[in-house]
Amino acid sequence: MTETQVISGELSVTPELAAEHGLTPDEYRRILDLIGRTPTLTELGIFSAMWNEHCSYKSSKVHLRALPTAAPWVIQGPGENAGVIDIGDGLACVFKMESHNHPSYIEPYQGAATGVGGILRDVFTMGARPIACLDALFFGDPGHPRTRHLLSGVVAGIGGYGNSFGVPTVGGSLRFHSRYDGNCLVNAMAVGICRKDEIFYAAASGVGMPVVYLGSKTGRDGIHGASMASAEFGHDADTKRPAVQVGDPFSEKLLLEACLEIMAKGCVVAIQDMGAAGLTCSAVEMGAKGDLGITLDLDRVPCREEGMSAYEMMLSESQERMLMVLRPGKEAEAAAVFRKWGLDFAVIGETTPSRRFVVRHRGAVMADLPIKELGDLAPQYRRPYREPVRQKPIDAAAVAPPVGTADALERLLAAPDLCSRRWVWEQYDHVIGGDTVQRPGGDAAVVRVGEGPKALALATDVTPRYCEADPVEGGKQAVAECWRNLTAVGARPLAVTDNLNFGNPERPEIMGQLVGCIRGIAEACRALDFPVVSGNVSLYNETNGRAILPTPTIGGVGLIDDFRRSATLAFKREGEAIVLVGGPPSWLGQSAYLREICGREEGAPPPVDLAAEKRNGDIVRELIRAGMLTAVHDVSDGGVLVAIAEMAIASGIGAALAGAAGPPHAFWFGEDQARYVVTTAASEADALLARLAAANVPAARLGTTGGDALTLPGERPMLVTILRERFESWLPAFMAGRP
Amino acid sequence: MKAAVLVFPGINRERDMARALTLISGRQPAMIWHAQRELPSGTDLVVIPGGFSYGDYLRCGAIAARSPIMDAVRRHAAAGGLVLGVCNGFQILCEAGLLPGVLMRNGNLKFICRDVFLRVERSDTPFTRGYNAGQVIRIPIAHGEGNYVADAATIARLEEEGRVIFRYVSPEGETDPVWNHNGAVNAIAGIINERGNVLGMMPHPENHVEDALGCTDGRGLFAGLVDYLAKAA
Repeated sequence: MTETQVISGELSVTPELAAEHGLTPDEYRRILDLIGRTPTLTELGIFSAMWNEHCSYKSSKVHLRALPTAAPWVIQGPGENAGVIDIGDGLACVFKMESHNHPSYIEPYQGAATGVGGILRDVFTMGARPIACLDALFFGDPGHPRTRHLLSGVVAGIGGYGNSFGVPTVGGSLRFHSRYDGNCLVNAMAVGICRKDEIFYAAASGVGMPVVYLGSKTGRDGIHGASMASAEFGHDADTKRPAVQVGDPFSEKLLLEACLEIMAKGCVVAIQDMGAAGLTCSAVEMGAKGDLGITLDLDRVPCREEGMSAYEMMLSESQERMLMVLRPGKEAEAAAVFRKWGLDFAVIGETTPSRRFVVRHRGAVMADLPIKELGDLAPQYRRPYREPVRQKPIDAAAVAPPVGTADALERLLAAPDLCSRRWVWEQYDHVIGGDTVQRPGGDAAVVRVGEGPKALALATDVTPRYCEADPVEGGKQAVAECWRNLTAVGARPLAVTDNLNFGNPERPEIMGQLVGCIRGIAEACRALDFPVVSGNVSLYNETNGRAILPTPTIGGVGLIDDFRRSATLAFKREGEAIVLVGGPPSWLGQSAYLREICGREEGAPPPVDLAAEKRNGDIVRELIRAGMLTAVHDVSDGGVLVAIAEMAIASGIGAALAGAAGPPHAFWFGEDQARYVVTTAASEADALLARLAAANVPAARLGTTGGDALTLPGERPMLVTILRERFESWLPAFMAGRP
Repeated sequence: MKAAVLVFPGINRERDMARALTLISGRQPAMIWHAQRELPSGTDLVVIPGGFSYGDYLRCGAIAARSPIMDAVRRHAAAGGLVLGVCNGFQILCEAGLLPGVLMRNGNLKFICRDVFLRVERSDTPFTRGYNAGQVIRIPIAHGEGNYVADAATIARLEEEGRVIFRYVSPEGETDPVWNHNGAVNAIAGIINERGNVLGMMPHPENHVEDALGCTDGRGLFAGLVDYLAKAA
């Protein structure tokens, strides 16, 4: 074992300094026990980076084990840069979602941009060309003075990065709630395609192999970014801006092309992107996964600034960088590719048989640590948690409707959480690639794979107010709704990536939300055969002690055998039968109606019957494939009437609807799960109802498409043009600062 | 058709363009790296696709316009060869001096991606013979800087000489500020040079060439070029 040296002028490490690095006294003691001496400053930095919540999952790991991660089509589950599933024909789909919440709150444009950059790197690191991005966004109350600034910066940042990089951003979600006032959420998902037998992993192999640095130069930006992402915000959030990295999509595009090119030439043994905790995390993972040691010589690292210390280089989160192990004899070939793309590269180290992580700088050994223990022996906590108090169901009969059905619909369509997101997705290039079969605005985006006819369906979902009222049901619902959205376009849902955003896990009530949501997600994923193959946990989403709503975002991928058979939500022609699949709705607890129309955010959320979810979804998918359905839309926020209105708005065709079964407000606006609104030719209506009845799926005819308005017995006609105007105008008006 | 698609660092619609050309002409274009100094011999169409060449740093298209390959493109154009620039390609052609004017930031200062309606002003060019004059086509735009601007004399000349080829219009074919998405002068979406062999346009015809994806209004441009070149050969 080499001797580490104390460098003159470098701070000597004390328990206080360890505490400043976010390590608890116990964790510091663990370090002393592990290495048998006081760590150097660089070593302390490495431990703080590896053992923070963001990299170690120390609060969530014991619970994450409950998630189902296997299925015959899963090639790679959690633990790599991204998850990988088999989509047939020798092809694999690589995907993951990751948060960039804290950086986006401090500096929305760069925070969101680098979030997109990071998740794209995770995907192409595995050898896959990204074919789509989605973004789930959560902001504070529209009335909060910071909301508009954050939303406009985040959307511009996502577009600025993705558009320039050249990946279509095809979907996502957007929600507002005062609980995100001091802590917005930006969850970015990327999806890529590669050949099944050409997937690249992080594990290094072989001793004495060159470790190569590729991409942009290392600067002082983002030092301790991962640690920032693992702490709460106080009033000093703005002073953390220097910890936010700056994105350069141009460099990333070059990095993508260069990486895919050298991969195709067979130059790469192992590859890992430098994301959170930069050089530290990437080098340790490559070595630890390959059961090898790594020695780095920091004098060879391309630096953007003069005089960077080992500590700074090891913790820098400069963007658009990769670490790879090259196949011996391929160095010159790889170097020619890097030079062609104008990228910096350098051999900065080698693999060793020692299983030690050794960092040299200016002739001194700055760190010498056991590589496996750095990751494997990170602390794991079974933090105490408290089961949340579940809210009681609300009896719809006891909710007096303050306005009529038509007025309620018009108000709901213009509600911040329900209105059109066009203002957002028109700032994203969603057609580049020429494969976007279904553009944003539907239940799920559909992107063709290669020359087709195969396609992927993609969606992100979660209803945080449900999770707050009942974490287990909320967790189930997030999965069920994602599964339903994929089903509604005709896809077979295959797997998910989860992005678990919560408050401070050291508080038992927050830990209770996390545990409950994971339990619900696990149950739903198991019941729906929808395994979790990748994900990310973002904790400490609190400002001044106030936590966000529990937000376990689910990003789902489904497979469509022939995209020409995928379903869309727009009505297709007049005179068709409108049918509700699933029983009559009645659940107003936690509904958008209750909040927007009655001003009450309360009650138990709608229960999720996973067996019904599966049964109803499976028959809808079968009917889409059989060509029996002309339009399909899942029922979610706002209930059945909002779903019908969206189908009308998308087509310009109205509908004559029959009366409600039960109290009209509960029937039209209840948010019961496992529901779809579908249309079929009038002549097929009876056959459709018979098919559904035969499958034991409750269904009812709601009315007939046609005309230029939605009509309901006893209500004024609702012109589709007016509904569209309501639906489309709130967000642009809000962003323009008009009341 | 023997097409060459130029690739600068940061260009990102070269694959879309190559796919559309292959689909419609039945022949794969040559992909030409910016550092090359010559076009393949016999090239009859040069296409500069969309993207963010050099990250749009400095000014859109400014760096690419000074690449080695652009001298060969200038020679090709001077000899009467056809050049098509789409989106960033249009910006590069303006920066290279092959077309007049400049593309400024969109009027709303935001990137805009949506389908727009274009009126084809002339059908008697090599690029538009697949359309009828006055025809309205639906093509997507995806740009942050597509607001065409030139001095009054240049605009007057372009109009007089019938060099405005595509204009942003309503679905009914009328010009209207509401449908002029990026605020371009005279709703200009595409222009040709004096000689009529260099076209620059902001919208992406290459993204509307397949029925299965919902719209084929972009096919006419490529089909017209194929037809023109076949007849010229």
